Amino acid sequence: MSETQSQDNGGAFDLSQFHGVFFEEAGENLANMETLLLELDVDSADDEALNAIFRCAHSIKGGAATFGFQDVADLTHVMETLLDKLRRHELTATIGMVDTLLESGDVLRHLLSRHQAGAAEHEALDCSELVARIGALAHGSAAAAPVPPSAPAPAAAVVAAPVAVPALPEPVLAEGERLIELAIGPLERPDTADHLAELFTEIPGLGRIEATDGGQADAEGMRRFRVITSTPDSDLLDLFSFHVDREQVRLGAPAAAAAPAASPAPAAPAAPAPKAAAVENADYGFFVDLPSEAAPAASATAATAPAAAPAPKPAAKAGDRPATGATALESTSIRVPIEKVDQLINLVGELVITQAMLAQTGQALDPVVHQGMATGLTDLERNTRMLQEAVMAIRMIPMAVVFNRFPRMLRDLAGKLGKQVELQTIGEDTELDKGLIEKITDPLTHLVRNAADHGIEMPEVRIAAGKPALGTVTLAAAHQGGSIVIEVRDDGRGLNRDKLLKKAIERGLPVSDQMTDQEVYGLIFEPGFSTAAEVTDVSGRGVGMDVVKRNIASLGGSVEIDSTEGRGMRVSVRLPLTLAIMDGMSVGVAEETYIVPLASVVESIHLSAGDIKSVGGTGRVVEVRNEYLPLLALDELFAVPRKEPVSGGIMIVVEAEGGRIALIVDELIGQHQVVVKNLEANYRKVPGVSGATILGDGQVALILDVSWLVRRARH
Amino acid sequence: MAAHDRAHDAATAARPREYLTFRLGEEEYGIDILKVQEIRGYEQPTRIANAPAFIKGVVNLRGVIVPIVDLRLKFNLGSAEYNDFTVVIILNLGARVVGIVVDSVSDVMELAPEQIRPAPEVGAAVEADFITGLGTLNDRMLILIEIERLMSAADMALAEQAA
Repeated sequence: MSETQSQDNGGAFDLSQFHGVFFEEAGENLANMETLLLELDVDSADDEALNAIFRCAHSIKGGAATFGFQDVADLTHVMETLLDKLRRHELTATIGMVDTLLESGDVLRHLLSRHQAGAAEHEALDCSELVARIGALAHGSAAAAPVPPSAPAPAAAVVAAPVAVPALPEPVLAEGERLIELAIGPLERPDTADHLAELFTEIPGLGRIEATDGGQADAEGMRRFRVITSTPDSDLLDLFSFHVDREQVRLGAPAAAAAPAASPAPAAPAAPAPKAAAVENADYGFFVDLPSEAAPAASATAATAPAAAPAPKPAAKAGDRPATGATALESTSIRVPIEKVDQLINLVGELVITQAMLAQTGQALDPVVHQGMATGLTDLERNTRMLQEAVMAIRMIPMAVVFNRFPRMLRDLAGKLGKQVELQTIGEDTELDKGLIEKITDPLTHLVRNAADHGIEMPEVRIAAGKPALGTVTLAAAHQGGSIVIEVRDDGRGLNRDKLLKKAIERGLPVSDQMTDQEVYGLIFEPGFSTAAEVTDVSGRGVGMDVVKRNIASLGGSVEIDSTEGRGMRVSVRLPLTLAIMDGMSVGVAEETYIVPLASVVESIHLSAGDIKSVGGTGRVVEVRNEYLPLLALDELFAVPRKEPVSGGIMIVVEAEGGRIALIVDELIGQHQVVVKNLEANYRKVPGVSGATILGDGQVALILDVSWLVRRARH
Repeated sequence: MAAHDRAHDAATAARPREYLTFRLGEEEYGIDILKVQEIRGYEQPTRIANAPAFIKGVVNLRGVIVPIVDLRLKFNLGSAEYNDFTVVIILNLGARVVGIVVDSVSDVMELAPEQIRPAPEVGAAVEADFITGLGTLNDRMLILIEIERLMSAADMALAEQAA
């Protein structure tokens, strides 16, 4: 709980998304390393295990170095050196090494939690002694491992906890808030009081609560909390009485407890367990730190006192208790294999179908006689829909995950190019399916790089053009209906229509002066425009733009370009929200139903027999708006059995890979969202079919692969 | 190690194994019960264009798209009629789920190794490779087929082939 609060209230780190992932992964790596170390059989160390431990340290080091957590990187670096020698069998593992490595893990854990809580760099904990010790181990001097006897350790931890408690930092109160000391008890079951704490997470605006007893009841069965709230006492008592008797609740002013805690004095005696104090401090991170509290005192002691060597040991023991370092790194999210989520989505999909069938059956019943049934079915429908939305939301990830990669890239790129570029991001919290997020990253990187490389001019050129020297690249994401639109904008030089046309004519592309601006800009997606050297002359655009367009098209999306010469340009990428659901048009051919992806449908037109013209005997074309389109009859292509021949039918004009064809079907059934299923999982790829879906009646319908159909019709 | 493995194999072979038996026309077949996921009634699958005739199409099995093979057509056992007794055996073959259409499911039988005779070469539509043996039980003869190998054979066209 404290974790959520600290993130919500803190705002202490700028790239919180970015850091969050690192802390989460580092936490997992640490936990993993600890497990592996504990399982490690020193006498016959398993290569696999040693490698795995090495990899854990290595990934933490990598991440820490990237984010500039120097202390973490330094410590992991020496650990890595030691582990590397172990896995190469240059050294033999000893119990001392394992202990030291475990100890390092604990130190790392709370170095990380300090960073996570936003501790300033100058407060860095000194772990040079530990670093030196690991270094010595790595150089083979076994004597360098002063393993402290483990017996005093638990004792130290016990002492540490109560001392650390009064060292809680003084909370900062917002206007209208007050601080209350809350005592609950005597309770038979101390965890009842935790329900009260949950109230504060469940009810928005109620305030913040923090256990001051580390989750343990005292000898009399009393639990103690500290509450910051603007809610009147009487209301609080009413709420609490849901869980505990009113007589068991005591609300008091905090004066007695808080005042001494704020002074650094009590923290000094806490020196034997400075780590514990620091850990506690990190744990209660949501109470905004005041300058004069325990953390600096603790770290100062740790830095100077020679006694610091055994100090991490108590911290290690303390780490076993729930309310310390381990909690600080504990994340508020869980990592789940994507298959589990997909399985859930499948099951919910089934539920939706079952629900639809029940609803259909229920409609046949007399609503007066079966009123209870009808009500139940209505509830079922609502709950199923909500469940489906909730489950689909699990796969959704904010765009920030992608956007956060760009500030650094753009900065490096600007430095290399000698340009001044800043990045603006809008709508980072717009959510998109995880599968799509992964696939959209590369095309977006391409677009951003292009914008900085070719769009933004050199500073002097910009100034000469009356623009600020600092160019801006804007990334914006927003939901629009069932899709997400991601824009990459720059205020650079924009596209030059005449140059593009000239270049296109040189390359023998079919162009004319009558083309709209949109069509001319679209030329940069032509493969011919894609080599950098040639393009730079024209407009400086188009490095691999054909690849970008193809990638986006393969995700069922589209790209549009808008530009004003000298003002900049805008590339809009429109994507479906998820790959798992697609807008489809269901069409009927004889008895069969097929799904045409709506994104590729241009129009549908009633067909009369005279519209079809043959070319060279077998080829057939149809004239649509002064253009002859190749014709594909779905019933012939898929050899659909027919009882009786039909005349007429409907022609659907579809577009893919820049080509248009006309598909002939019997009827249009409707438009709806379909859940895309993989056909290859249990069967094989079928030409002309990109996947399958399950219709409302439980039947399977195949989804047409429009790109394949276009290729086939055009060759 | 090797000796231990052999002993282990012998122990497994000596133990009776359970077979699900089903009818195709006049013939009775048996497959390893451990490969069977479930048995369902026949429902009209969605036809797949240009697939071999014995692949009836795909059905929706609780959200999973499963191909359906009509073994009667595969084994050339005359016309395959679909009636109330027609059932689909859903097989779980490692990573894949496949359904097979059979005339009817009889029962589950336990066969000891001594009840299984090698199958003679008779040039049947079922290649001898896929027949593990002929089981005898009273006066019944069971054709025991290696269903997993049969289903992953190239001519079943059920999976993408490397070639």
